[in-house]
Amino acid sequence: MSKKMQITLTVNGETQELLAEPRELLIYVLRERLNITGPHVGCETSHCGACTVTMDGKSVKSCTVFAAQANGAEITTIEGIGSPDSLHVLQNAFREHHGLQCGFCTPGMITRATKLLEDNPNPTEEDVRFGMAGNLCRCTGYQNIVKSVLAAATELSAAKEAAE
Amino acid sequence: MIPAAFEYYRPESLQDALSLLQTHGDDARVMAGGHSLIPMMKLRMAEVPHLIDLQAIADLRGIRVDGDTVSIGAMVTQHEVIESTDLLRAAPILREAALQIADPQVRYMGTIGGNVANGDPGNDMPGIMQCLGAEFSLIGPDGTRTVAARNFFEAAYMTARTDEEILTRITFPAHAGGFAYEKQKRKIGDYATAAAAVLLTKEGGTCATASIAMTNLSDVPVWSEAAAAALDGTACDSGAIAKAMAAMDGDIDPGEDNRGPVAFKRHVAGITLSRAITRAWSRA
Ligand SMILES: Cc1cc2nc3c(=O)[nH]c(=O)nc-3n(C[C@H](O)[C@H](O)[C@H](O)COP(=O)(O)OP(=O)(O)OC[C@H]3O[C@@H](n4cnc5c(N)ncnc54)[C@H](O)[C@@H]3O)c2cc1C
Ligand code: FES
Ligand code: FES
Repeated sequence: MSKKMQITLTVNGETQELLAEPRELLIYVLRERLNITGPHVGCETSHCGACTVTMDGKSVKSCTVFAAQANGAEITTIEGIGSPDSLHVLQNAFREHHGLQCGFCTPGMITRATKLLEDNPNPTEEDVRFGMAGNLCRCTGYQNIVKSVLAAATELSAAKEAAE
Repeated sequence: MIPAAFEYYRPESLQDALSLLQTHGDDARVMAGGHSLIPMMKLRMAEVPHLIDLQAIADLRGIRVDGDTVSIGAMVTQHEVIESTDLLRAAPILREAALQIADPQVRYMGTIGGNVANGDPGNDMPGIMQCLGAEFSLIGPDGTRTVAARNFFEAAYMTARTDEEILTRITFPAHAGGFAYEKQKRKIGDYATAAAAVLLTKEGGTCATASIAMTNLSDVPVWSEAAAAALDGTACDSGAIAKAMAAMDGDIDPGEDNRGPVAFKRHVAGITLSRAITRAWSRA
């Protein structure tokens, strides 16, 4: 075992100070040290995207980031996107359009989709498929995930236009 | 999937990073985005007792286009390459290639420097850099030097970079003309079964200059002068393309693996090259 180091993270707007070994993976720091269990571990090999979080404005696979590497970063997980009493537009769209079955991939899907829509508020179907290519789903066959993201994009744009 | 323990460093200057490399010798390694290195460390195929994270070194960042010269910092990510309007003008082949690497999450972390320093024959940027005639700037205890991309790759995971050196920037001339990066892969996020990079220029209806490089068809990228020569002075018609394909076939040396047997790889290599030439010509 190597020495633990002091790590500071801002997770969903809250500052967290903790001790961790540098080699610990960010996903385990979140899940096991901070009890933030929204991001899941699907493959642990950088392929499935279930562990996706937003780190300093980038969508990243938190199973492929060391705790030490994340030190000082700002992180958003699905818990910071919406809550059961106040679902994010994307969460609601996934519910309305059957964008999930078992739900295992969903936190990663929605976390990635929030960033995708931030960068590209009016995506085409092709943009959504390409922009979500780092997230795998074993259940839905993707059709309804794409539908959900496109529906959320339309709703978010309409809301933005109404506000202007 | 827990890597061996290591000491972690985040130096803020190149000098500090270099002295850490010297102090710890073989036990130290630099990390850029970590998206090749961390998977290897998790599998314990790489053991790095002293890990030097380059993320805080400002000198390694930034894309500069100065007249005809393009310079990209080693820590520029594939995502930044895709977003750069300067690069889209000066070397559009880079965006076309970067979009075919991995997936959005990996591209946010993976860097251009890590992609070439890694020395994995599956990486896409080494072939592109050979095609562009890029130079790699290295800094070490004895100062700086540059190595041409065409001389950099020695064998799988073996490059001209010594263990005490850090790759700082990649520099190449801006390219105006036709371009294409054509990659055949089993699925999104996969390394190439075969890929072809083509740059060419057209004068008076014929091909004036051409440069061709192939990815993952040998243990190093293959810059095929013979394939490019087959296009010189032609209208890149089917006869010329067939000659370029045959010349390229003589330069590659694919091995059998889970992406297919040798004959299949040679077949796919030919198709990717033919498509890349056709697309590059249509844009020239
Ligand atoms: C799921 C997945 C799919 C992928 N698909 C592709 C693909 O299709 N095509 C492709 O090309 N790549 C692919 N990759 C690899 C990805 O592009 C990596 O990010 C890239 O190969 C390495 O860049 P990095 O910044 O992550 O480097 P790191 O992993 O940090 O480093 C890689 C190696 O380079 C060395 N190094 C890094 N920077 C420097 C430097 N400045 N000076 C000296 N040495 C340095 C490190 O010591 C290490 O040995 C994939 C990765 C994953 C996880
Ligand atoms: S658990 Fe991180 S990509 Fe699958
Ligand atoms: S809903 Fe089951 S994996 Fe996506």
